[in-house]
Order: sequence, then C-alpha cells, then structure tokens
Amino acid sequence: MARRAALYAAALVAYAFLYVPLVIVVLFSFSASHLGTRWAGFTLHWYRVLLHDAAMLHAAWNSVIIALAASLAATVFGTLAALATRKYRLRFLPVLVLAPLSTPDILQGVSLLVFFVLLNVTLGLKSVMLAHISFCIAYVAIVVSSRLAGMDPSLVEAARDLGASPWKGFWLITLPLLAPGIMAGGLLAFTMSIDDFVITFFTAGAGTTTLPLRIYTMIKVAVTPEVNAVSTLLMASTLVLVLSISKLAPQALKGMG
Amino acid sequence: MALLEIRKATRRFGHFVAVREVSLEIEAGEFFTLLGPSGCGKTTLLRLIAGFDTPDEGRILLDGCDITLTPPERRPVHTIFQSYALFPHMTVADNVAFPLRMARVAHGEIRVRVAQALREVQLAGMGERLPQELSGGQKQRVAIARALIDRPRVLLLDEPLAALDLKLREQMQLELITLQRLVGITFVYVTHDQGEALALSHRIGVMNAGRIVQLGAPDAVYEFPQTRFVADFIGTCNLLEGTVRRQTGARLTLEVSGLGELAASARTPVQVGERGVLAVRPEKVRIAAQIVPAPGEVHLQGVIHDQLYLGDVTVYKVELAGGRLLEALLPNSAAGVVKFFEVGDHVDLAWRAEAALFLHD
Amino acid sequence: MSISRGAPKRPFSSMTSRARLARWALSGPPLTFLAIFFLIPTLIMALASFGWPGREGGFSPLWYHDAAGWHFDFTLGNYRDIFTLRLFLVLYLRSLGYALATTGFCLVGAYPLSLVIARARVGYRNLLLLLVIVPFWSNFLIRIYAWMIILGPQAALSRGINAVLGLCGIRAVNLLFSPFAVMMGLVYVSLPFMILPLYANLEKHDPALLEAARDLGASAWSCFWRVTFPLSVPGVIAGATLVFVPALGAFAVPDILGGTRGIMIGNVIEMEFLQARDWPFGAALSIILTILALGATGIAAWAARRGIKAYG
Repeated sequence: MARRAALYAAALVAYAFLYVPLVIVVLFSFSASHLGTRWAGFTLHWYRVLLHDAAMLHAAWNSVIIALAASLAATVFGTLAALATRKYRLRFLPVLVLAPLSTPDILQGVSLLVFFVLLNVTLGLKSVMLAHISFCIAYVAIVVSSRLAGMDPSLVEAARDLGASPWKGFWLITLPLLAPGIMAGGLLAFTMSIDDFVITFFTAGAGTTTLPLRIYTMIKVAVTPEVNAVSTLLMASTLVLVLSISKLAPQALKGMG
Repeated sequence: MALLEIRKATRRFGHFVAVREVSLEIEAGEFFTLLGPSGCGKTTLLRLIAGFDTPDEGRILLDGCDITLTPPERRPVHTIFQSYALFPHMTVADNVAFPLRMARVAHGEIRVRVAQALREVQLAGMGERLPQELSGGQKQRVAIARALIDRPRVLLLDEPLAALDLKLREQMQLELITLQRLVGITFVYVTHDQGEALALSHRIGVMNAGRIVQLGAPDAVYEFPQTRFVADFIGTCNLLEGTVRRQTGARLTLEVSGLGELAASARTPVQVGERGVLAVRPEKVRIAAQIVPAPGEVHLQGVIHDQLYLGDVTVYKVELAGGRLLEALLPNSAAGVVKFFEVGDHVDLAWRAEAALFLHD
Repeated sequence: MSISRGAPKRPFSSMTSRARLARWALSGPPLTFLAIFFLIPTLIMALASFGWPGREGGFSPLWYHDAAGWHFDFTLGNYRDIFTLRLFLVLYLRSLGYALATTGFCLVGAYPLSLVIARARVGYRNLLLLLVIVPFWSNFLIRIYAWMIILGPQAALSRGINAVLGLCGIRAVNLLFSPFAVMMGLVYVSLPFMILPLYANLEKHDPALLEAARDLGASAWSCFWRVTFPLSVPGVIAGATLVFVPALGAFAVPDILGGTRGIMIGNVIEMEFLQARDWPFGAALSIILTILALGATGIAAWAARRGIKAYG
C-alpha cells in the first residue's frame, strides 16, 4: 500500500511540475506590477495593452496565415506520402518524409536560411510557409499512416469485388475511412506550425514577425506582463479549439493520440 | 460446359509457389469447397478467381469466357471475406445497396431490393444500424445479403465461419446450405475445417502445397482417401506402414513389421514389393473383449493403453504387439453402461479387409 | 480454345504505364517538395562545411572556372578547428551531457506517471492522458518563459533560497541564466515526449502477466524490475529518442534561460550564422550536431530491434 501511495505521489508531483509554471504565467498576466515576476494586485491592464498592440496582432495574424497555408499543403503532401508508401511499399520516400523529425531544428533552420539566401529568395511569409510545410509533412504522414495501418485491406477489395472501380474504391471507402486521420494530421500540423519558433527564427528574415518571434523579442528585450497576457489568451484559444473539435469531431482527436 | 474453369493456374510469390498448375472445373449450382491446411494455397486460388490477384501462368474461364485479366469489379463473382469487410462508415442498408449503386440501379429499385434482401436474411428493420452495432452472426448475414443482392454467378467464401463460436457456426452451416439451395448460385468455399467441408459441400478439393491432391464428393474423399496426406488430414486414420506381398484382384496382402501379414484393398494399381501405408478409420475397427473373426476380416489383439471419453463415443488407444498404437472408436450406445474397457484390459480388434485401404507412399 | 502458357500481363501487380502514372501522382509531390526544401538544403550545408567563408559573410565558391581552368577550393579546416579548439569540443560534450541528463530526468519523472495512467480504470485513462497533453498545447516559448518567471531573481523561489544561503553566509546565487535553469527548461519542454510513448507501451501490458508473476512468488518490487520494466524497454527507447535528439540541438531553451553560463552548441551555430557570419564553420558545427543526432537515433533503432528480439 505504501508503495502504491508513493507511486501516486510521484505522479501527482509530475502533474504539478507540468501545471504550476503555466498557472504562474496565467496568474501574473493579471498582476499590476511592471515586472512579469512580481505580484502587485489584480489588473486587466495588460490585456488592454495587448488589444492595442498592433505589432502583436499583426504577428498573430501572420502566424495564423502561415499555419493555415502550411498545414493545408502539408496535409495534401503527407496524405499522398502515406498512401504511396503503403500502396507501393516504398523505401526511400518514408525515410525522406520522416528525416526532418530526427534532424535538429536548428540544422533545418540554418540550412533553409542558406538555401533561400543562395537562391536570392526574399525571406518573409513565403519562405516561412515553405519551411513549415517541409517539417509538417512528417506529422501528417505519421498520423495518416497509422490510420491506414489500422484499416482492413479487405475493405477496398470488397468494394472492388462488388463493382467499384479503383477510383470509386478510393473515394467511397479509403478516403472516408481515412478522413479522421487526415483531419487529425492537419490539426497536428497546424499546431506544430503555429508553435514553431526555431525554424521560423531563421527563415523569417528581418521584416516578418510571427507570434512566437514577437514573444521571443519581448522576452529577450523588454519583458512585461503583456507576454503573460498573450500567453494566457493563446492557451485559452487552443483549449477552446481543442474542446470544440472534441465535441464536433471526436474521431479526429483519437487519430491524433 | 462447366461454369467456372481453371486451367493450369500457377501463382508464385518470389520463390514460393502458392498455387501450382491447378486445373479445376466447377459446375453451375455447385457447392464446392477448397479444403486444406493454412498455407496450402486455397486462399490464393480464391483470390485468383475473385480477381484480386492474377496467375503467373494459366487461365481462368467463366462461362467459357477468359476472365484471367478482368478486374474484380467486372467479374460477376463476389466474395464473403473472413472479416466480412463491411464498410464501417455505411449503414447496413448502404452496405447492402453498394453493388446496386455501383451498377447505377435506380434509387427506388435499390430501396425495394435492399429491403427484400434484408428480409431474406432476417435483418428487416436493421437497415439503419452501423455494422459495428451488429453481432457476429448478423454481420455475416449482412455480408451475404450484400454479396448476393445483384445475383452474381459465383459466390466465393473465405473461411466465413472462422470467427463465430461453435453453436453459431453450426447454425450458420445449416443456413448456408439452405441458402445455397435456395438461390442456386455456385458457392466456392474455402476452409481448413474438414468437418465443415464434409457437412456443406457437394464436392471437395483437398489442397496441399499448392496442388489439388484429391477431388471428389465428401463421402468419397473421406472413405477413399487417395494419399496418406488426405487420409491423415480429413478425420483421423490409423496408418500402418508395410510392404505388398501378394495381390489377387483388388485384394492385397501386406507385410507389416511386428504384426505379420494383413489383408487390405487397393483402388489403384499396385505392384508386389511396393511399400505404402495401410489406412483404416477408427470407426471401422471393431473392438471387443473377444472376437471370432468373420471370413475376410483382419484380426488383431492388444491392450488398452489409453481412452478418451467424448460423451457420445469413446476413443480407445490400443497397444498392439511391437508397441504400435491403434485407435478404435466405440459409440456409447448401450443404456446404463458407461465404460466398456479400462486401461490395461486385453481386447480383440477386427476390421473388414475392404475397410483397410492401401495408399502409396 | 488453346491454353497459352505465357505469363499474362498483370494489371494489378506489375507496372503498366497507367499504374506508373498513378504511382508518380501519389509519391511525386511529397518527394519533390522534400527533395527541394529538405534534402538539397541539407546537402548544401554538408558541402558548404568544406568551404571557406566569403569576404562579406556567406560562402566563397567551392569551385570556379577561369582562364587557368577549373579550380576546386575545398578545405577540411572547419572540421580541424572544431576538433582542435578545446572550446568546441567542450561545447559538444556539454550539449551531450545536457541531453543525456534531460533524458534521465524525464525518464525518472515520466515513469511513475505513465504507470499510474496505464493502470488507471479505462474511463479515466483518456482524461489523465489529456491532462498531460494540455500543457503541451501552450506555446513552446511560453513554457520556457514560465521558468524565467519562476527562477527570476525577484521570484519567491530565488529569494527563499538566497535567504537560506545568506543565513549560512554563502553568496547569493542567480538561478536564472544558469545550467540549472537550462536543465529545468529542457526537462519541462521534453517531459510529455517521454510520457506518451511510455504510456502507449505500458498500456498494452497484459495485467495477467503481473498476476502470474505475483502468483509465482515475485514481490511487487521484483515484479516491476523483472516484468514491467523489461517489457517497457521499447517505450523507454522511443521516449528517450524523442527527448534526446531535440535536447541535443536545443536552441531556444539555453538562449532564453542559459545566459552565458548555460550556452549549448545550438547557440553557437546561431551565432556563426547570424552574428559572426562564418557560414562554413557554422555548417560544419551543424553537420557534426546532425551526425550525433542521427547516431543517437540509429543506436535507438538498433536497441529497439534487439529489444524486440529479446522480448518478442
């Protein structure tokens, strides 16, 4: 019994370790002090500051645009890659698709920076999108592949057997059954893109900011509880997003896990 | 002309030959079973007929038309999969309607025919359910309704009862027989269960290592196995190795080491001096405390070594001279008597020479 | 009708021109995209690591053609510098140390939690798992920033520790901008990567195995070490890879929490590219980092294969 209690205590500590820092961030977003690290009474001041911070709002807008474009493209590429790998038992493609996951972010960041500079591509939204697509494909491919692996291969054969052409078999059977996986993969790609800092840092150039880049600058240069406020809002919106997905399309979340 | 004809079909996977020069003719309205152990090539052969795979050599003909290369959707052949392969995102009705939709049948007619098909398999009113809400037996029925709704020429069944429990399996066997008689469609049934094959089929093709090793009606295959493999695979069979000493017509005399000379019969030409096995089914062996052998009967003595009480019958393992074991089967038909023998009892064994079949090695 | 013995064309298993087209339609787009935006940039880096820096940053050309013919201008100098200057060796070793320690701490922290979730009643499992994932949804930088607040000199933790140290007559310490802060940050951002694969593994264990072990006389403790832990090795390996590789190449965590004392190899690479503008040297640094990361992944894959062999 004592051992069991110790196990639960250790688990509780781990949960605390995961949550306490975030609770502190949220708490200090309501702190009247100018320093992000000291409590000095309740205020909503920092949320007002945030609402009028045009640079921050613009950065957030950029982040959403990039994440939408990147996750959309990565969903298409990743799904194609998963389908091709399964159907043709390819060897090289899955290696190439998964390789970005086991190479350090920083290498991807600097190598894309060098690549764009050598090609005279102006760094900006487009270069960030391309960079994000390249690391998001892997996430979609993994989720869709696992969904494919769980699919009974005789389903498509049954469709063919009962008179469906290869195309019809794909549209009527494979795609609908894969849809939760594709959606989950796309969502995962979206969150990975909107969250990315390192690769964006190297490929955004001087003129373009995304939300993580803006937060980084604030942390490095002049930290105020506005960072806490934007963090809190970000967390709240992610939570709302995920909860609404779990209500609307619970299968999509299952595919993600 | 046979409805379905397979001519020297061979299918290799790398160096492995899954199906080896199989030729087969299946008649219209026949319930034909491919029986064999796992890996014998029966499922591969079924997939060649369905069109999921194509043979490396040979031809497949349906109604005399070559369909070797015809894709599965253009063959009037449907399959019941082992997993049933019901589309999980479609209702039962949509599943059953699938072949009609593919054939662009009018909506109204589809509705009528689906309702009719569901009634036929006792699933009326279940059309709006999803497959995962059904029991194993119900899924099976949906799969059957779906595969039969557009009246294919041939229905292929790949171990369709394997996932069901014993009672349900027996019930479904009866339903399959009735159904096949009712619709008159040719069934090609794949199984590794010999009992199922014997109970269901008009004809059985026993497969081993990619070949059909024996073809015939269930009773012929059971009573007159042509090879040691068939004798051993279907039912249980006592096998005694020996050498042919004399031959008079269909009657042979075999020298079996330790047991002396035993009479046997042969259904194929045999040469004196040939080695082979004597096969005799346990239920053909008479067992009693004392037997006065009738003329033409083989007579042996032994000691009860082991017994297996199965309720309706008891299997006795009898140790013969030289330590050889022979199985004999005795129905427990006598009222009030539970056991006839105990381990260690001396017993007499006898069987008619016609019941002992000589098989080539 | 005569029987042809020749092999018929196989519309499904061999390549007709239509099938080849379908194959390229599926695999072509991802292949092309990743070749251009992942493979080629990485190869450029590998090539550039053998070059000289350009006069105003960038690279000088690796080869050029003039009246005298073709010239090739490769050098091993960047690698020689890395292996002979103690500074960089120490940096790699320190990064390896951080990554190893992070993996170790994450394992110790994640195991009990994963075990509790895996053995919870089925209805609760998803909720408990969700609780692990939720913090993960907050922005990466915010998770690091949280530790800036916690470890900051004005925060309660620092003041408490320094008050105690003051009583003992020891000079006040700065928790932030230190190796300690880097460690905390790395463990914090990596922990879920250890929990999820571990849970996925532990959840599959048949409870009957433990009952059998107990039934055969094993104590709870030896049950764990002889049954649960050996069976979870594939999960441990998967988690360790997911933690180790990103930690080794960490950039943001040491950049924000480490200050000058907690610098890692990722920070140096960034400086070479964005500040010092010695791209070939930075390229060599990142190629070595990548080789280390790939090596770790390779070892993990090898160990996982062995583990699968050993434990079926």
